[in-house]
Amino acid sequence: MVGLAVLAGLFIYAYGFQVTKVDLEETRSERRQTQLVRILRALARPDILEYEKEEFLVDAPIIVGCPEGELNLPEPDTSGPFMTVDPPCADPKAQVRVEGFNFEPNTRGPINFIPLSQVTLQLGNIVTDEFGHFETVVQLPNRSPVPEPQHIQVITRRNVGAPRFTKTAHDTWDKIIETVFMALLATTIGTALAIPVSFFAARNLMKDVRSSVASISLSVLAWPLGIWLGMMAARQLHVLSQSLTTSTWLNVAGVVLLPLLAWWIVRWAVPATEESRPSFTLRMARVAGLLLAAWVAILSLYLLSSLTLALGNTLALRLGGFGFLGAFVAGLGDILGMIIATVVALATGGVISGFVGRVWRTLDRSLSPAAQQLANYILAALAGALLFAILGAMVDWFYQIHDAMRTLIVPAILGALFGIGLAFWVRKDDQVTSGLAVYYVARTILNALRSIEPLIMVIVFAVWVGIGPFAGVLALALHTIAALAKLYSEQVESILPGPLEAVRAAGANRLQTIVYAVIPQIVPPYIAFTMYRWDINVRMSTIIGFAGGGGIGFLLQQNINLLNYRAASAQMVAIAIVVASMDYISARLRERII
Amino acid sequence: MLKVENLTKIYEGGVLALDDVSFEVPDGQFLVIIGLSGSGKSTLLRCINRLIEPTAGRIIWDGEDITAATQEEMRLIRRRIGMVFQNFNLVHRSSVLTNVLTGRLGYVNPAMSLLNRFPKSDVDKALKQLARVGIEGKAYQRADELSGGQQQRVGIARALMQDPKMILADEPVASLDPVLAHSIMQYLEQINQEDKATVLCSLHFLDLVHRYADRVIALNEGKLVFEGHPRQIDDAKFKEIYGKDAERVG
Repeated sequence: MVGLAVLAGLFIYAYGFQVTKVDLEETRSERRQTQLVRILRALARPDILEYEKEEFLVDAPIIVGCPEGELNLPEPDTSGPFMTVDPPCADPKAQVRVEGFNFEPNTRGPINFIPLSQVTLQLGNIVTDEFGHFETVVQLPNRSPVPEPQHIQVITRRNVGAPRFTKTAHDTWDKIIETVFMALLATTIGTALAIPVSFFAARNLMKDVRSSVASISLSVLAWPLGIWLGMMAARQLHVLSQSLTTSTWLNVAGVVLLPLLAWWIVRWAVPATEESRPSFTLRMARVAGLLLAAWVAILSLYLLSSLTLALGNTLALRLGGFGFLGAFVAGLGDILGMIIATVVALATGGVISGFVGRVWRTLDRSLSPAAQQLANYILAALAGALLFAILGAMVDWFYQIHDAMRTLIVPAILGALFGIGLAFWVRKDDQVTSGLAVYYVARTILNALRSIEPLIMVIVFAVWVGIGPFAGVLALALHTIAALAKLYSEQVESILPGPLEAVRAAGANRLQTIVYAVIPQIVPPYIAFTMYRWDINVRMSTIIGFAGGGGIGFLLQQNINLLNYRAASAQMVAIAIVVASMDYISARLRERII
Repeated sequence: MLKVENLTKIYEGGVLALDDVSFEVPDGQFLVIIGLSGSGKSTLLRCINRLIEPTAGRIIWDGEDITAATQEEMRLIRRRIGMVFQNFNLVHRSSVLTNVLTGRLGYVNPAMSLLNRFPKSDVDKALKQLARVGIEGKAYQRADELSGGQQQRVGIARALMQDPKMILADEPVASLDPVLAHSIMQYLEQINQEDKATVLCSLHFLDLVHRYADRVIALNEGKLVFEGHPRQIDDAKFKEIYGKDAERVG
């Protein structure tokens, strides 16, 4: 038995060796080792500091092609650095010995041949010893002899003044700041969206949500209608708000007064405490009031959005160096304007579907059992048809089949049959755990999203918003939503059920139960997980630039591709410092909060 | 009047928790439910406010069929039924005051309550209820800083916030030091006598039953095996309720 296990292990690791191409020969090869040494040495000297350099040029004359008679060369000035050439004249391609004195000790530099044309020709390099002396043998170039003296020149450099940051260091600083803020934005956006999603992915909250087939069908039918109505309303209000924003004063007045009006209506329509059930007319009046309040509130949000946008743009122009604050304010206004439509559409969908469901529950009681059953079948068939038709439309959108038969009619019929089947299978009064369906859908989507690394997601986002940090923020945020929502929902699943029960027993509705019994219990783990995710996002944002996400990774990748290892080393050092210090800070914060 | 008719609960997996239980509770009565652990006491109490959905049978309270109520109607019914739990079921990290105020959630404006804003009258009322159960000084402490007995008082104050016409108390003193049992039971008695609320309370200790109950019902394996005055529980009845191996203590 043991022998068999050992054999199996041997086989597995042998195969692993083969597929991962373990090549020990390569690690020992001379060529690879020199390359490795070169890179390691470059990495050990990150390109962060540099000095102002002073160049020293030292000349010595030489005559190529020895002339007849006496050589008339000037004596070198021995007060500073000087060189002697031996012999002072030589044939082309001859070797001469060059000796230098009084140089900076321990410096290096090129040794050049300067012909009459002043075109420098490098002959080699020199290194001075600790006394500032060097001695080297160079070969003269193959040029035709000239009677005039030409020159041998040595260039050495000397550091002057205090060290300063290199351009690489400055670039690295800029990008590391970008990186940290990428992580910050992604974590913030991700957390804000993951919290609500996590409640839908928590089994203990969703398993009690039951509804009848008819009311599920009705809400399936009502959602698209509601979303469409919401979009229409939002569009109309946007147009209306634009006509109001022509005057700044009108705009400001709208932003201040409309919310007050909405607040006042809401206070009237939703009394603080109500002991008994109000009359039908009063309830209808309240519904109308709430609709009006919603209308007014959306309008004021649009006004607020355009006001913020205008204010931000003005600030951006006026604030000079702090113009980015104005741009941020303008950005907020723009984001607000963008999300109003979506939120209004979704909210209207939810409200309409809830409303229709409620109306149905009252209507349902006055119908005869046969009529109820019939209504069940019809509604389920319609809802199924709609769902499948939407799925068909999605397939059509992706694959562009453009065949109504296959993408619309057949799915609709299948869906209708499916709906009728479901209505038949579930008896009339039985409730379906619709909550669990939502739970499974949410879990599936989260798991799918989580299994795609942000490094891959960013490729899609870079196509959408262009290569740069914004694409990185979006990719990291999306992955954060998926990952955090899962972690959060597991926390929700592990809360004590007692307080939930107590709050429900007091007559609280679902939302109140969440606010009063769930949220207080999950605050500490939520904070802990958010910090943990912040750590991950900082790490991730340092490399997301490799795939087009901006930040320091972008710079690092460029430098690696350019074989500029000293610059790459500077960026690696920056990453190490940032990740380590964020690690430390978040660990300390976690200790203090929990 | 609370009427329970042929109430049956079968849990998923086939466990029969309540088997055709029927009884009536006149308004203002202090009814004690006794029986071994697992005999269905908790299930019975939770069926009455439908924290657990009954499988069959009807529950009628003040002429209203609780078992047929929609979710929305159930919410309105629940807010008149206070509940006190064996493990207190307070939200540990919230303040005592917030815990007590959750008893008003069925009454207050839902939108405002989501922002943790309660009308001033409710806050005053909460402080008054805390004074009534003798822990007025603890209102702004975290609930988990309180001792067990104090936590159960918070639980009672929370139930009182609902202006309950009925209190369901599920083993309210089982997690407490026995010497504290009377202090908690006295509050329930007070609510029963002063506020005229019907009380349904499950208990373990027979001396407590004798002291507080107007009437007793006993459950054994989900079946109603006794109904009557506490004094009627003689040794034979006792063996029938608690099984042959049981011995009277205390």
